[in-house]
Amino acid sequence: MRLATAANEAYTAPLAVSELLGCKQCGGGGDHDEELGIRIPRPLGQGPSRFIPEKEILQVGSEDAQMHALFADSFAALGRLDNITLVMVFHPQYLESFLKTQHYLLQMDGPLPLHYRHYIGIMVCKHSCSYLVNLALAQWFRECSSKLQNLGELNKVLGLLKAEEHSWSLAELVHAVVLLTHYHSLASFTFGCGISPEIHCDGGHTFRPPSVSNYCICDITNGNHSVDEMPVNSAENVSVSDSFFEVEALMEKMRQLQECRDEEEASQEEMASRFEIEKRESMFVFSSDDDEVTPARDVSRHFEDTSYGYKDFSRHGMHVPTFRVQDYCWEDHGYSLVNRLYPDVGQLIDEKFHIAYNLTYNTMAMHKDVDTSMLRRAIWNYIHCMFGIRYDDYDYGEINQLLDRSFKVYIKTVVCTPEKVTKRMYESFWRQFKHSEKVHVNLLLIEARMQAELLYALRAITRYMT
Amino acid sequence: MEKMSRVTTALGGSVLTGRTMHCHLDAPANAISVCRDAAQVVVAGRSIFKIYAIEEEQFVEKLNLRVGRKPSLNLSCADVVWHQMDENLLATAATNGVVVTWNLGRPSRNKQDQLFTEHKRTVNKVCFHPTEAHVLLSGSQDGFMKCFDLRRKDSVSTFSGQSESVRDVQFSIRDYFTFASTFENGNVQLWDIRRPDRCERMFTAHNGPVFCCDWHPEDRGWLATGGRDKMVKVWDMTTHRAKEMHCVQTIASVARVKWRPECRHHLATCSMMVDHNIYVWDVRRPFVPAAMFEEHRDVTTGIAWRHPHDPSFLLSGSKDSSLCQHLFRDASQPVERANPEGLCYGLFGDLAFAAKESLVAAESGRKPYTGDRRHPIFFKRKLDPAEPFAGLASSALSVFETEPGGGGMRWFVDTAERYALAGRPLAELCDHNAKVARELGRNQVAQTWTMLRIIYCSPGLVPTANLNHSVGKGGSCGLPLMNSFNLKDMAPGLGSETRLDRSKGDTRSDTVLLDSSATLITNEDNEETEGSDVPADYLLGDVEGEEDELYLLDPEHTHPEEPECVLPQEAFPLRHEIVDTPPGPEHLQDKADSPHVSGSEADVASLAPVDSSFSLLSVSHALYDSRLPPDFFSVLVRDMLHFYAEQGDVQMAVSVLIILGERVRKDIDEQTQEHWYTSYIDLLQRFRLWNVSNEVVKLSTSRAVSCLNQASTTLHVNCSHCKRPMSNRGWVCDRCHRCASMCAVCHHVVKGLFVWCQGCSHGGHLQHIMKWLEGSSHCPAGCGHLCEYS
Repeated sequence: MRLATAANEAYTAPLAVSELLGCKQCGGGGDHDEELGIRIPRPLGQGPSRFIPEKEILQVGSEDAQMHALFADSFAALGRLDNITLVMVFHPQYLESFLKTQHYLLQMDGPLPLHYRHYIGIMVCKHSCSYLVNLALAQWFRECSSKLQNLGELNKVLGLLKAEEHSWSLAELVHAVVLLTHYHSLASFTFGCGISPEIHCDGGHTFRPPSVSNYCICDITNGNHSVDEMPVNSAENVSVSDSFFEVEALMEKMRQLQECRDEEEASQEEMASRFEIEKRESMFVFSSDDDEVTPARDVSRHFEDTSYGYKDFSRHGMHVPTFRVQDYCWEDHGYSLVNRLYPDVGQLIDEKFHIAYNLTYNTMAMHKDVDTSMLRRAIWNYIHCMFGIRYDDYDYGEINQLLDRSFKVYIKTVVCTPEKVTKRMYESFWRQFKHSEKVHVNLLLIEARMQAELLYALRAITRYMT
Repeated sequence: MEKMSRVTTALGGSVLTGRTMHCHLDAPANAISVCRDAAQVVVAGRSIFKIYAIEEEQFVEKLNLRVGRKPSLNLSCADVVWHQMDENLLATAATNGVVVTWNLGRPSRNKQDQLFTEHKRTVNKVCFHPTEAHVLLSGSQDGFMKCFDLRRKDSVSTFSGQSESVRDVQFSIRDYFTFASTFENGNVQLWDIRRPDRCERMFTAHNGPVFCCDWHPEDRGWLATGGRDKMVKVWDMTTHRAKEMHCVQTIASVARVKWRPECRHHLATCSMMVDHNIYVWDVRRPFVPAAMFEEHRDVTTGIAWRHPHDPSFLLSGSKDSSLCQHLFRDASQPVERANPEGLCYGLFGDLAFAAKESLVAAESGRKPYTGDRRHPIFFKRKLDPAEPFAGLASSALSVFETEPGGGGMRWFVDTAERYALAGRPLAELCDHNAKVARELGRNQVAQTWTMLRIIYCSPGLVPTANLNHSVGKGGSCGLPLMNSFNLKDMAPGLGSETRLDRSKGDTRSDTVLLDSSATLITNEDNEETEGSDVPADYLLGDVEGEEDELYLLDPEHTHPEEPECVLPQEAFPLRHEIVDTPPGPEHLQDKADSPHVSGSEADVASLAPVDSSFSLLSVSHALYDSRLPPDFFSVLVRDMLHFYAEQGDVQMAVSVLIILGERVRKDIDEQTQEHWYTSYIDLLQRFRLWNVSNEVVKLSTSRAVSCLNQASTTLHVNCSHCKRPMSNRGWVCDRCHRCASMCAVCHHVVKGLFVWCQGCSHGGHLQHIMKWLEGSSHCPAGCGHLCEYS
């Protein structure tokens, strides 16, 4: 299918040529060159995502005009269509905004010089693996309680970049913060959707000769072949009626909440405690395969403190101060600050948040014309709740009603420790839902996460300024 | 409503008194509202809800409305409003979406009256009807506005904002049924309270959320809106379409806006982020605030004028947990700190300059205007009695005349006419132009031409003698000349009228205040010292140069070719690395302006280092000979062209551009080139140098310019017999089939150049007519007209 890109676009990018040799072409693709003694790398894995079967993903060539334009831009910029784009294009409206913002952050005029921007990216990403990100700064973002401490922490992080001078201008700081949060979210998306490594990355290719049999040998080597058949079956094996019931039940709950909202009025304490419960609970929501150890990376030597990471505060016996969104929110405060110090970016991010938050096709699994705003708000607020951000006007009881445990586990993992997301987690929530809807969920997750982190960072900067 | 407000005034009783004061609150305030008696203010926030009495000297806490053991979100107020009819009635909007009313008349400790829990999201704003006792309006994040009748348990009507969050709702003060609402998407809607089904009017007021709005207390239909886009706009809603009357650009997003009582064009604003001050603007002067209150240390969240008919008391609450009363007379007025200046060119090149008298007087001391003088501020002053600062400043006007005898632009015309731009080898062109420039006394330009020749023509051919000659000229003749002849003689050499005038202005303004017929002859010493200061400041631009340094350098630069030869070796590395040594990167500019800069220096300083520069020159010259290709200099040449163009000598820029052609063209972007060409052509045409202008057009390589020649080249003629336009050919009329354009002399059809007399419209072959008119002054056609040929 990726070969189709080349055919369609009539681009000639040297990098793309080798990449275009998808598994399907293994049978005949590279023979000629091998005679010349050149080792041709072949992509490993099945398509852009390890979680989503390749056939579910949009076939290049069948895209509409808008997607085509996006593909063209993306291809022109990178010389290839990266896997993230191929997965995100499920939601072209968002993808457009995403690419625009990313381009602006990385390529256009800004306070930080280009190499700093990429260094931040590498710092965040290389810490775990190729695409991947560990949560270098999650701790910092959550700990933002005192101004000096915040800036101390931030300086510690940023000091890594400017070894000698610790003096950063506010504009540079904001740029760095925006970049950090952007890469954090990107990491969440990468793991949340199981994006395959790009062909030029470690683990993205193999030099093994193609197999003569139907499937590619690489599928066996990385164990994807067997898994490939499984997800569809496993989901359906659980019994169709079961998962069908799942969707029905969810919709029923939404209906109920919609109707009885006004009737049973919870007391103030009740509301407050619901938030606390949800917040505390979110600390403990973790999948059983928590024990995986992320291998230490060689890049870690560039960073003083390798113990960075999302910390569950209740586990450590600490109290997370509640962040009241009514006192500091993105629309009123964050936007103005970002736009003041890093012009136009506030606008771009604002648009992206809006698109992600309001994106809906009014469908839920097999149902059409459903108002999903309640569900989307629950997901959004749940993520903010995990970060200790509270909406005064939200009944956190709704979250419990709408999000079941496996879904919470998935959200929690994607947002807080993305490198631990497994295919099983991805499959075990919302089994009846389409892949595009799960990608949609991921968009909500990453944007909510980005906003939460930004809010903490920007509030700290605001306090510093006053 | 007018009647009502008068009643209020009457009730308000005596004149308000008080002073600027503040009091500490326990917690950040989100909003404040004033009781109609102007003696009490209510402050509401997330964890504060108190009433303070405003006394003469201080605020006194009167009542804490936050009662009860447990903190409730119902008490976490986003907004508060005090009824303007009923002293006992208040309403608050809670962050959890509840609207609460409070009755101070209740005997119990808890004054809470009613609770409306209809909104699903935070309520951003509540507003009482200005005249109705029981009508309350609320606007919420959930996109709905609700109208409550306080005598009933539920809302009376709900207005839908199409799921856009409502940021502000305000009842019109003048129109009983109307209210305005503002939205997060930038829209403003106008509603009729009786028609909840759809809004009366909707328009986009801002880019991004509109945080606030306020109806003008007197002008019917004037609505002020403030948004995240940092703008305050005043709309006239009485017209068919909402019309933007005024727009004030602030420095941060606008959180609140309140019209100032009794001052038709004044309004107060405060910001939501970053900026902590409260500004009072005159909407007609949107750039400088009329007044500014700087008491708060964190963002101001609520502002309210204390009394609806008293313009001097403003109350404010802030996130810094304080409540302030500001007195207008204590406000700082930014305009007082501004320096109004006026500068204008007259028709004949005269320059008028007006400034505050104090400023001008101070200037006579030493360095005039240390600030940036390149961008003078223009104030257009209309006489308006309403303006508080009119007539405040007594200003001084200086007028500087250009030199009599039109010496001003003579050099331009001469140069334009005598320059050779094409048709000869490059070296010859350069030499020719250098000669022309030298003859006109423009030594710097002459040197530039010589340099260009050296750079671009085969170097071996350049006789060193030639070079030395020019150096000698620059060194020994140039300097004394400058010193003795003074600035006006410099003018042609510099090709910059602007700077001449300005420097003259500086030097002379002390002596010729209010003297329109000032002459140039003033104190020589004075002129010289100041002449050196001003351009130095001006030329070096951003680079901070020590004056001493500058002077030290100048002597070298008086010889234009020297830096150009030396530069290549060091200009490139220096350009980016060394920022704090102005001479490096600025060499070129220094050089170009050096005569001007050094005009003040005594011969003592200038002549001494000439020798050293000679040696430098010879070394670098040799270097260049052996190694450097002409391309190496293209950056330098480009900079030189830019420099001349910026100096106003676009003639030089264009001439060099034409002569060098491809050698430099690629280094300068198309638009700039085009800009230069058009400027030069425009100048030429103003001086009626049509031929030169045409030549330039022809030689230009810019498409947009060269097509100037092709435009409007058609001449429409009418048949001389039937008076109808001749469409096909110029000499045969299609209608009367006669040859129209007959030569009056030879009676043949004219197909080429045809000359007409504008008086009798007879004409013929150019040659024939010329010949004819040599012998006779009458028309050859015999019509008796006395034709003229010029």
